[in-house]
Amino acid sequence: MMNSIKQQLMNLFKKQSDLTTILLFAAGVLTMPIWLDPIGANYPDLLQKFVIFGIFAVGYNILFGLTGYLSFGHAVFLGVGSYTAVWSFKLFTMNVLPAMLFATLISGLIAAAIGFVSMRRSGIYFSILTLAFAQMFYNLAYSVLIPITNGETGLQLRMHDIRIIDNYFSDPAPGLPSTELFGMSMNGYSGFYFCAVVLILAFYVAMKIFRSPFGMKLKAIKSNQHRMRYTGSDTRPYLITAFIISGMFAGLAGALLAVTDPLAGAERMQWTASGEVILMTILGGVGTLFGPLLGVGIIKYLENIFSTINESVLQQFFSFLPQWGENFMVAIVSPFVGDGWHLTLGILFMIIIIFLPGGLMEGFQKIKKRYLTKGVKDSESTTKQE
Amino acid sequence: MSKPVLKISNVNKSFGGLQALRDINLEIEKGKVHAIIGPNGAGKSTLLNVCVGLLKPDSGSVTFNGGINVIGKSPHEINQMGLARVFQTPEIFPDLSLLENVMIPAFSKRDGAFHLQLFRSLASETKITQEAKEVLASVGMEAKADEIAGSLSRGDKRRLELAMCLIQHPDLLLLDEPTAGMARHDTNKTIELLKKIKEGGMTKIIIEHDMHVVFSVADTISVLAQGAIIATGTPDEIRGNPIVQEAYLGGAEL
Amino acid sequence: MDSILIQLLNGLDKGAAYALIALGLTLVFGTLGVVNFAHGALFLMGAFCAVTFQKILTISKKVLDPSITYFDAYIEQPYLELWFGETGLAVIDWAVPLSIIVTIPTMLLIGLAMERGLIRHFYKRTHAEQILVTFGLAIVLQEIIRHFFGANPIPTPAPDIVSGSAAIGTWIGLGENFVYPWWRLIYLASATVIISSVFAFLHLTTFGMVVRAGMFDRQMVAFLGINVQRKFTIIFGLAAVVAGVAGAMYAPIVPPDYHMGMDFLVISFVIVVVGGMGSVRGAVAAGFLLGILQSLASMTVVSSLLPGIDQIIIYLVAVIILLTRPRGLMGRKGIGE
Repeated sequence: MMNSIKQQLMNLFKKQSDLTTILLFAAGVLTMPIWLDPIGANYPDLLQKFVIFGIFAVGYNILFGLTGYLSFGHAVFLGVGSYTAVWSFKLFTMNVLPAMLFATLISGLIAAAIGFVSMRRSGIYFSILTLAFAQMFYNLAYSVLIPITNGETGLQLRMHDIRIIDNYFSDPAPGLPSTELFGMSMNGYSGFYFCAVVLILAFYVAMKIFRSPFGMKLKAIKSNQHRMRYTGSDTRPYLITAFIISGMFAGLAGALLAVTDPLAGAERMQWTASGEVILMTILGGVGTLFGPLLGVGIIKYLENIFSTINESVLQQFFSFLPQWGENFMVAIVSPFVGDGWHLTLGILFMIIIIFLPGGLMEGFQKIKKRYLTKGVKDSESTTKQE
Repeated sequence: MSKPVLKISNVNKSFGGLQALRDINLEIEKGKVHAIIGPNGAGKSTLLNVCVGLLKPDSGSVTFNGGINVIGKSPHEINQMGLARVFQTPEIFPDLSLLENVMIPAFSKRDGAFHLQLFRSLASETKITQEAKEVLASVGMEAKADEIAGSLSRGDKRRLELAMCLIQHPDLLLLDEPTAGMARHDTNKTIELLKKIKEGGMTKIIIEHDMHVVFSVADTISVLAQGAIIATGTPDEIRGNPIVQEAYLGGAEL
Repeated sequence: MDSILIQLLNGLDKGAAYALIALGLTLVFGTLGVVNFAHGALFLMGAFCAVTFQKILTISKKVLDPSITYFDAYIEQPYLELWFGETGLAVIDWAVPLSIIVTIPTMLLIGLAMERGLIRHFYKRTHAEQILVTFGLAIVLQEIIRHFFGANPIPTPAPDIVSGSAAIGTWIGLGENFVYPWWRLIYLASATVIISSVFAFLHLTTFGMVVRAGMFDRQMVAFLGINVQRKFTIIFGLAAVVAGVAGAMYAPIVPPDYHMGMDFLVISFVIVVVGGMGSVRGAVAAGFLLGILQSLASMTVVSSLLPGIDQIIIYLVAVIILLTRPRGLMGRKGIGE
């Protein structure tokens, strides 16, 4: 009995083939509205956030997870993706495909430029270089680039946008148009399902990269770059490629943010936003395939819960206590919820890095190992008794 | 005489006022194991670093495989020419498994300095995987193929690094003190291994302190003292050379 | 000419603040080997020491406003004024300079606690992990500040007597129009004093000698049997005090708000890198250099020529320096790579 359970567990954790992995993954993502319902996370806004930031984190993981290069500038690509997508909506068409294409390409180009320069250095110097570029983009977005970014108001759709392609085929309808995919609106659940399909594709690409010689070479660079050079590989182009790919993923995620809500603001490019994606990646498990997605899920879910809780909700929650107890608990908990979500986030960040730098996936591995070895011992002891 | 694999001509190198190498001339013959010995500070490491292009000599030339210039080339270019190196302190990929450690140099050899194959599946790389397993077996580590390399003992790391070089079938293999810091038992194992590789006909340069190792595996020995080569010859010639005994072996009987 | 001089002074002023933060940052990196992203938060804490001190001094009682007679109007009158009259008001007026007395021990305690409680356990971890954990700490500290003080900037004026401007123009014969705020001059002067004393401390005392040796080769110093650990704790405390005092003194210049730490952190990191990680002299030089460049770039002449340059000059310089001089202006090889 014990052994068969163990066997099943072993099978479950065994490395699946590419096809099974992606099918399981697709099934998991597409059924999110069902299995997230019990924990109250089944509404389109949140679901969209899960998958969009999932793409962002999966892409970031290709850089940070595989090469170990810590970039503080990836929020720039998210922002660039959003701006590009909104411009595509304004100039060409409300169809989302061109927007996503342009966003991915342009953020890829910018990533190539930033990566080309930043990858000349390693370690903290690399981090600081990406940080410097991020700050430049952020500051410029609020000054000379205002014609492109519309400054603090953010870039929005307008009635009189030219939209060449759409207007060529039909007269503009009254009111602001909404994003669409060949007539299918990108609001609500359809928006989620569309983004989910994109995530599945993105995940597939990431998985292929992880399980390719290219991915293995990146891991080798992370492990010992010096050796890698003496092994005959020119590490720089590999690193730059990884940087560009992860930048393109971020650009795609930025475009999807604009697809689900056609508005782009520079705050998306702030370096602390890069910090958030780092946290999500680390929380789940750097360098693992699923870890970053897990991290995104947890952070976005907690963010959603914590930031909507206010004092009256708390009072209700603690109403079973006597009055003084209720007041006491509300006073204790309230700094961490609502606006205080960032405080909780910071604490979470610290706890993870102090106690679980390998992320939750590593934690699972540890538990799994402990459980499985315990299982073996148990079965051994039963055999002895027999 | 066949063409030399590596030719070092009139190489001089000084650091500040210190002349580290003076007028070095060496030809490494194909298929031979050439040992370079010398007391501490004789310039062995400097010479090795010049050979792999890491240090630029003040004058002279280093050419590989019949005239390809080595000086000023970056490490990956040197390796792509067919020159592999084992370091004095083992340089491996500590976070990867032994099998992966050996597969990566094979990929580098096959793919060149940079090759983009984002969607090629590792599972389809059966040829290289098989080859890597064989090379691991040849250094006696096939049982540990799935272990993480960082947890190996120092001697095992050495052997792994050797395997990483062997899988590339380099035209020239540079070994920087391959038995330094090893226990006697490990040293003997390494000597056996080096002898085995020697039969395969790979050209090697070995820099070594341990005379036992040198005289067991070398075809030719060059003695370096104060930056100059004072003698080159077969192990027997070197053993009998009075200048060498005077300068390096301190007159002691070998 | 005047405008260039003014901008030069502005630049020196900004540079002084940059140099003070970068000084501690690079000192901590050079000795402890820790990349401390929470260093900006220390600057923030210093500024809020001044704010808190001022708030405590102005704790008030509601009293009837005697000037309004036809209904009961209340005004707030600080207890200090009620108890000590004019002297009390003078103390309140001098809140910021007086707060330094409180800031120094407070920041020392915060610094020691931080080193003992967190930083110490990250000596052996990777730079990436150090960056991330201190980044988390910085967020926590800034959010705590926001919880207690709100999101808006809090005006923290300098004493009345120095709130005006100094007529520098008339002193040096450049006309009456050339004036400069007193407090900024004081800031510059104090920064010079602080920086000089840190240098004197590092170069003239045995303690400083050991620290410099430790920055050069930590293992060597440890081999000599010197308890480096304790010295490093003190260094961290010192860095916290310097950053804190810099923050407290900065409060009258720009009213502090909760994210000023992060704003300064990024810049001061860039400065440390430009100066060379672990080089104290480099950090100070780069701090002033970038402060002045930033101010000069914001002159209308320059910004009309190169729009937006004032926004990015610091980062641009950092990128150029990092690419041409990989170790920064005065850095040594192999640090932090």
